[in-house]
Amino acid sequence: MSDLSANFQRRERRLRFLLLSPVMLILLFAASGPLIIVLIYSFLTPGAYGNVEWSFSIDAWFNVILKRDIFTGELSFADAHLTVFWRSIKLSLMTAILAFLLGFPTAYFIATRPRRYRDVWMLLIMIPFWTNLLIRTFAIMELIRNEGTVNTLLMAAGIIDQPIQMLYTEFAILMGMAYVYLPLMILPVYASMERLDFSLVEAGYDLYATRWQVLRKVIFPLVKPGVVAGSILVFVPCLGAYVTPRVLGGGRQLMLGNLIELQFGQLRNWPLGAALSLTLLAIVMVALIFYVRAIGREGASNV
Amino acid sequence: MSERGFDIRRQTGFNTIAVFCFVMLYLPIILLVVYSFNAGTSIAIWEGFSWRWYVSAWDNEKVQAATFRSLIIACAASMIATSAAVLAALATTRTRPWRGQMLVFALVNQPLMVPEIVTAVALLIFFAIIKVATGYTGLWYLIVAHAAFCIPFAYMPIRARLQGMDLSLEQAGADLYGTPFKVFCRVTLPQLWPAILAGSMLSFVISLDDVVITEFVKSAGQDTLPTYMLGQLRRVITPEINAISTVLLAISILMVSGFFLLSRSKK
Amino acid sequence: MIQIDNITKIFGTGAESVAALDDVSVTINSNEFFTLLGPSGCGKTTLLRVIAGFIAPTGGQVSLDGEDLLSKPPYTRPVNTVFQSYALFPHLTVRQNIAFGLEMLGRPKTEVSSTVDEMLSLVQMTQMADRKTSEISGGQQQRVALARALAPRPKVLLLDEPLSALDFKLRKEMQLELKRLQSETGITFVFVTHDQAEALTMSDRIAVMSAGTIRQIGNPRDIYDHPAERFVADFIGDTNFLEAELLSIEDDMARIRLAGGAETFARTVEGESRDSGAVTIATRPEHATLAASGEGLLSGTICEVVYLGTDTHYHVDLDCGARFVVRSQNQPDQAQDRKAGEQVDVVIASGIGQVLRD
Repeated sequence: MSDLSANFQRRERRLRFLLLSPVMLILLFAASGPLIIVLIYSFLTPGAYGNVEWSFSIDAWFNVILKRDIFTGELSFADAHLTVFWRSIKLSLMTAILAFLLGFPTAYFIATRPRRYRDVWMLLIMIPFWTNLLIRTFAIMELIRNEGTVNTLLMAAGIIDQPIQMLYTEFAILMGMAYVYLPLMILPVYASMERLDFSLVEAGYDLYATRWQVLRKVIFPLVKPGVVAGSILVFVPCLGAYVTPRVLGGGRQLMLGNLIELQFGQLRNWPLGAALSLTLLAIVMVALIFYVRAIGREGASNV
Repeated sequence: MSERGFDIRRQTGFNTIAVFCFVMLYLPIILLVVYSFNAGTSIAIWEGFSWRWYVSAWDNEKVQAATFRSLIIACAASMIATSAAVLAALATTRTRPWRGQMLVFALVNQPLMVPEIVTAVALLIFFAIIKVATGYTGLWYLIVAHAAFCIPFAYMPIRARLQGMDLSLEQAGADLYGTPFKVFCRVTLPQLWPAILAGSMLSFVISLDDVVITEFVKSAGQDTLPTYMLGQLRRVITPEINAISTVLLAISILMVSGFFLLSRSKK
Repeated sequence: MIQIDNITKIFGTGAESVAALDDVSVTINSNEFFTLLGPSGCGKTTLLRVIAGFIAPTGGQVSLDGEDLLSKPPYTRPVNTVFQSYALFPHLTVRQNIAFGLEMLGRPKTEVSSTVDEMLSLVQMTQMADRKTSEISGGQQQRVALARALAPRPKVLLLDEPLSALDFKLRKEMQLELKRLQSETGITFVFVTHDQAEALTMSDRIAVMSAGTIRQIGNPRDIYDHPAERFVADFIGDTNFLEAELLSIEDDMARIRLAGGAETFARTVEGESRDSGAVTIATRPEHATLAASGEGLLSGTICEVVYLGTDTHYHVDLDCGARFVVRSQNQPDQAQDRKAGEQVDVVIASGIGQVLRD
């Protein structure tokens, strides 16, 4: 009897291993494995023409936020890097806030439609999200270029004489990222709101709360886990954004992603690029832990 | 007031903002599509309808090559990702829970969690080593890289379908002397088809649209459509880019709508 | 005092429109425990929600102490609701839930906390004050919902089937508790239920509703003993219906001839306009007794005896073809036991039956 069950378990384990091996092989080869090599590279010395020389160095990690003066050897903060870090975090936060301001009412709007139409409204939100990120960024670019739709219209209407420079500014990146990642806010907020029990809203009005008070004291606290989840879902890809700041920031307004790319391109400092990548990864992981906790809390409050 | 009553769902300004959002989500895309048919060279001044930019894109050899490459990579990557995902989904739904299951989930979802730029950098470094060691610089690097980040998108619908399936059907199959393999082919697989199709369509779109990882992994002369476009954006932009974008958009929307239909039809 | 005049509510438009309330007028007195009783879909909850402000009527007037209510949004009406699902805020504790209304009204902190304490002890929930609402039982949630609605001291408390989610025993307890709270606070309670026993137990007055209209208003005894029409008699308690011929009206009594030919008196409803013709008489099973053949008004044969512990139901097939049920309280001695197949007469005292409106 126990022999049989042991035999069965052994066979099940082997089957499971066989079934999982293709996925694991691909992921180890093209997703997880290379991350370990990134870690190794961050402790090497940059090669003169790109790539690395195999000698140990922790300079790259120093250089993430510090720089050494070539002549005196003094350490000081690497202002250029800090500016990029600050811009990345600032723009990502602003994008999350903007996405909240636009996404919360939109999610509320969809959640208050008749049930049979809600999926259609959500599909309308999700379709642009599943289309090419580059194309969506490009669409924004066409809109705000100096020769773009907005400027052309404004000049034709005689409101301005000179095109307003919007492209290649932080504003452009903010617009672009908010546009591109808005659905990531709407999705979890809507998921929370759809489960919102509107008899609680009624109870709020019954207990003398005005519309604003009901929104703040009843609706918002109840969908807060969704808002937290949405904010992190927007914040994380913004932080690592590469295409949007490249196209809309035009190489003038670098974000972390572009700074990393520079190390592998013009600046030929692969170890620094590796160290910067891992720094980005660390920040994202911290944000994701908060995300998982937000989701978990929501799950718990529904029991 | 008393005529229309007190609507507990109304919040001042919310409908306006929502309508604004919907308009803003589609307006840039619609303008982009409209100007792909512009007879002039501007992407802001309308000079009449014309197919000229579609013709010019069609005749552009670089676009042809990039399109061909994009399609090969997307087909290969989605097929690999979907096949691997089916097996993995079987392992995680049709065997008893085991320790390490969380690790598998974490690994499968890694491409969703790790920023694309980080994965791109990692692959750049790793493949550089392999390229030096083997001398091979073909398309397979891109195909494998794409397959990796397509796996979670293929895995999710397939696992959901497997979990939602009535297990008694498979048990009935086994009861009627079907070996596990036969039961899979004759009972499970026919029910799983919509999910497999959905997963592969989503993978196809994800692969077709990828910019960042492709940009870092590709060897010289291996532009896909998106990386070709990214390169073009630095130059003078003509509606040819709009024309290419429109075609890509159409493919994405078709595939994604198909995905939604397929993943809903099971209910 | 709530004055409800000619309230009509039509849902939908055109051919699909349904009148949930059809010209309803009723006056609810101050400090009264008033119950709206009826089957689901009769419009009772709609009427409650019109008073609360969540539904705007198609036509009519509602005023509270002479002040128009309909022009006010729900959050300015001095009316609070105990919701069927309780609708307790899951993100707040018991104490915070009870304080909610007072805080929205902008009452000073000290007043809020003293009122909340008072309410907690009123509903015996002081021990649970800092629990989350998901951590307390259904009966406790019910008390919190009550306390929350009572805390702002509304002029009227609306209760929408608040006991329907409780089990039988707890429901009995809460019925008495509600009655106690109502008399202690002196607040007007408007209570909606489909449970006739609940309505009879608690109410000062009951309005029986059906198909968007009020069929009868009265105190529990009136409603039970003297149902005005077939629907009310049928909905509340068990009733025997007998066909009879109206001979004449004398004061509030009607002289009738029953199917077997016997003549007797039955009560009439107020404003009875008929003085002849066929009428229906309602008689409660416990208002009739059985007697030996030849001693009663109606003769028949016992076809079934159903023993129910506290009492026994005798189903009698009357000679005129109708079925009549007599309920008799069981006594320790078994002497008066009757068996199926026995020939009996049904005795209904003069003036006990009720002539129903058409």
